Amino acid sequence: MSRNVRLGLFAAAGAMLAALLVWGFTGLPAFGDFQGEYGWILNDAAGHERHVTNVVASVVFDYRGFDTLGEEFILFAAAIGVALLLREARDDRERPRDEVRSDAVRAVGLMLVGPTVVVGLYLVAHGYLTPGGGFQGGVAVAAGVVLLYAAGRYRAYSAASPHGLVELAEGAGAGAYAAVGVAALFAGGLFLENVVELGTRGTLASGGTIPILNAAAGLEVTAAVVLLLHEFLEEVMYPA
Amino acid sequence: MTLLPYLLAAWLFLVGLYGVVTSRHLVHLVICLSVMQSATYVLLLAIGYRSGKKAPIFTAGVPVKVGAVDPVVQALTLTDVVVSVTGVALLLALVVEIWKRAGTVDPDRLRRKES
Repeated sequence: MSRNVRLGLFAAAGAMLAALLVWGFTGLPAFGDFQGEYGWILNDAAGHERHVTNVVASVVFDYRGFDTLGEEFILFAAAIGVALLLREARDDRERPRDEVRSDAVRAVGLMLVGPTVVVGLYLVAHGYLTPGGGFQGGVAVAAGVVLLYAAGRYRAYSAASPHGLVELAEGAGAGAYAAVGVAALFAGGLFLENVVELGTRGTLASGGTIPILNAAAGLEVTAAVVLLLHEFLEEVMYPA
Repeated sequence: MTLLPYLLAAWLFLVGLYGVVTSRHLVHLVICLSVMQSATYVLLLAIGYRSGKKAPIFTAGVPVKVGAVDPVVQALTLTDVVVSVTGVALLLALVVEIWKRAGTVDPDRLRRKES
């Protein structure tokens, strides 16, 4: 198909799709006037039912925790898929192309490693109290590890994220989430039911199983992002 | 105008689709796909918005009676972002493989190579 035919086809189909979307949107609730009952109920109930202050976290790790189990395994499968596609037998004795960058980049990069990891851990730890959570915080922690690479030290990055350990952490994060669900069965509840003592609202010891699942997600996300970047960086460092 | 946030979602979707259709580079195509997906974030968050309400986080001092925007669509958006990122990572890995095998990442040239 030539480029012009393709563009013409897109113009026609795109115009129809745009018309359909606009027609559909006029039937949606007016912006700012959403009356979804589920959301109202959860906003009212999450505080005294689950003792958490961040309702979004209670939806992710409790009310719709089963969805998040699926999401965890999507992340897990994708990271493994990337590793399968990109990993090759490499000679580790070969010296990687470790480019020396400017001192300023190196200094600022290294200075930011610690604070970034701390901010990430804070986001994970307080995920069910304030904005944040295992997914967001996990990415921030992984960003701290990646800064080691940005500071021009591939070997330091490589040493800070050994394959075996990262893979173990990834599997442990995904496994722990499922294990909490199964543990609830043994405790006499339903799968992923919140059977732990709920604690005091507004403190770190609140939410029952929510902090545990949150931490498992944080571990899983950190490991998955580090693993993904590791595989892509090795493509650059050890070109075929 | 109350339709504007929804139209923004439609615009993002269509502009991303345009990029996918006219792409000359597979990495560009993958990024366009993630632009299309970001339309779903805008749509979800726009649907769940309630005028004048804040985020659904009730720390000490914020009475629950005040109400907040819908927490369910926000949780769905979170899932959406994670799935999008993993999809992009997997697609980019495929692009690297295509580059190794075919020596090109231009979709048009790839087709010519096949025939």
